[in-house]
Amino acid sequence: MNIHEYQAKEVLKGFGVPVSRGVAAMTAEEARAGAEKLAAEGARLFVVKAQIHAGGRGKGKFKELVADAKGGVRLAKTPDEVYANAKEMLGNTLVTIQTGPAGKVVNRLYVEDGSDIEKEFYLSMLVDRETGRTAFVVSTEGGMDIEKVAHDTPEKIVTFSVDPATGIQPHHGRAIAKALGLKGDLAKQAESLSAKLYKAFVETDMSLLEINPLILTPDGRLHVLDAKVGFDSNALYRHPEIVALRDLTEEDEKEIEASKYDLSYITLDGDIGCMVNGAGLAMATMDIIKLYGREPANFLDVGGGASEEKVTAAFKIITADPNVKGILINIFGGIMKCDIIANGVVAAVKAVGLKVPLVVRLEGTNVEQGKKIIAESGLDVVPADDLDDAAQKIVAAVKKAA
Amino acid sequence: MSILIDKSTKLITQGFTGKTATFHSLGALAYGTKLVGGVAPGKGGTMHPDPGVNLPVWDTVAEAKAATGATASVVYVPPPGAADAIMEAIDAEIPLIVCITEGIPVQDMIKVKRALSGSKSRLIGPNCPGIVTAGECKIGIMPANIFKPGSVGIVSRSGTLTYEAVFQTTNEGLGQTTAVGIGGDPVKGTEFIDMLEMFLADEKTKSIVMIGEIGGSAEEDAAQFIADEAKRGRSKPMVGFIAGRTAPPGRRMGHAGAIISGGKGDAESKIAAMEAAGITVSPSPARLGKTLVDVLKG
Repeated sequence: MNIHEYQAKEVLKGFGVPVSRGVAAMTAEEARAGAEKLAAEGARLFVVKAQIHAGGRGKGKFKELVADAKGGVRLAKTPDEVYANAKEMLGNTLVTIQTGPAGKVVNRLYVEDGSDIEKEFYLSMLVDRETGRTAFVVSTEGGMDIEKVAHDTPEKIVTFSVDPATGIQPHHGRAIAKALGLKGDLAKQAESLSAKLYKAFVETDMSLLEINPLILTPDGRLHVLDAKVGFDSNALYRHPEIVALRDLTEEDEKEIEASKYDLSYITLDGDIGCMVNGAGLAMATMDIIKLYGREPANFLDVGGGASEEKVTAAFKIITADPNVKGILINIFGGIMKCDIIANGVVAAVKAVGLKVPLVVRLEGTNVEQGKKIIAESGLDVVPADDLDDAAQKIVAAVKKAA
Repeated sequence: MSILIDKSTKLITQGFTGKTATFHSLGALAYGTKLVGGVAPGKGGTMHPDPGVNLPVWDTVAEAKAATGATASVVYVPPPGAADAIMEAIDAEIPLIVCITEGIPVQDMIKVKRALSGSKSRLIGPNCPGIVTAGECKIGIMPANIFKPGSVGIVSRSGTLTYEAVFQTTNEGLGQTTAVGIGGDPVKGTEFIDMLEMFLADEKTKSIVMIGEIGGSAEEDAAQFIADEAKRGRSKPMVGFIAGRTAPPGRRMGHAGAIISGGKGDAESKIAAMEAAGITVSPSPARLGKTLVDVLKG
């Protein structure tokens, strides 16, 4: 689960991490009021930042504005300028290198006290699969596209992981200071900062924390200027305060509906809807559809312990997509029992109807009962013997119907 | 011969009396697995309520091990308590722990991984379908009817694709020695290399099917291992498959592990690494068995 920059900073602030003062705004009036409040506290320069779940905002372009209009991060000298910028940004669509061509509508802004910058650094944290530990990635090349830095000048990126048995130690902080060329008091600040970030990462079950840039101010303070945070969705059950930060307007409607039923669903561009058990088999089903010349309309993993209700919900989500010209259900039951899938499919077809070809392939636990339920339902369902057969049948059926 | 488990394996189940554990305990017993009891905290001293299972329940893994001499444990405990259950089994020095549970927080697995290092236990999973040595022992949730004793060793990151590989090698008449699902989580107990090492060393395993998916670099590491072993003169015919060729970057495909991020972990680089190591990669998940037959024909 991802959250906005302003929310990420709020979370980090709770752990004592130095961030700028700022106010979130849903309207231009709120943005101006926020700027006035910051001005009263001493701010003389304001930064108005579009809050969308994607990076590259500064260099992004608004679809509705003229080509040379400013991007998703703007400087303003007065609350009135903040207001004027907010008016231009809110409700419009920001396209960045990370949003794709469709862009994202800006519904929220963050108005921040502007910071003077002496130097920019990069710092991120993630779970490193290879070591099975929480890792830090730091670089002197802040404010840049870090993937490009990693590709062109890998020696400028320093990575290390933290032993969970010891947790974060001062030597980790010294390693960060060394990597960033910080000495004396700044090295002490790096030590303190890394301890706070580690605590925040572990205690809130983050999956990613990216600070780009981490800045050094002219008066000698390390400061988080931008923050991107994602959380481990497996751990959300123990963080209701994080779940409350979820912004549904950032997510695909069908994906939200799917998440209500604990279904793993992702919208794709093709026209064959898929319902599969298991992420690997779901991906492989997408791959084989493509191999036979069509594109999948979605990724959908009904998971291990799916109920009849869950299968029905999955079927409804697939059929609600107008792009779907055919449906392939591919179940290889282990935990999942084929008869449960069959009952769910029959119930769903009876409830929502069936306007496109449906191919069902069942195998594994209780497969005979499952096949019998489908066969005796009297529904227009094409049974398939194996994955190859299923993929060929659905591709042929969709081609024929077109 | 086989790897990890055989007819002498004595199994206990953690989270024994739950619905899923009960269903799959019945399946294990029906397959001939030496299931000797299980653990359900607070229910020690009773017998499993299902008459088909009817085996003793203990409060702790240590007690269960002392009473039964268990050599393996399978964990069906729900996510909030799963890591604790695994660590209890590590503490009790159970040699083989298989965790089926899906959805364990990664920070919990980081602790588990640390607890495993230097311990007497090996963990398979979590978020995996388990292990089956065909005709001898079944641990986990794989459907029994698709197995047939034979010569193929199968290792997979994906549960249901493991079944696909088993099913197809059975249909081709090859059968399996052991099939292992290592699980789809980013931090897990056992990676491909350890399983490949065991399959290479196992006399009865004549060929290997390895199924990977997008995300991470475990497949590349495994391919490097296979290439290095081949240079030392140790190799077996191998077929591979990578799921997620059509997956868009930056989107998590169900498993916490299955994501292409930062230009790393895509299917093409994995396939290239495997092919360079002499592994025949099947473009279709439906042709794993047939591809292996072709490879074996030479």
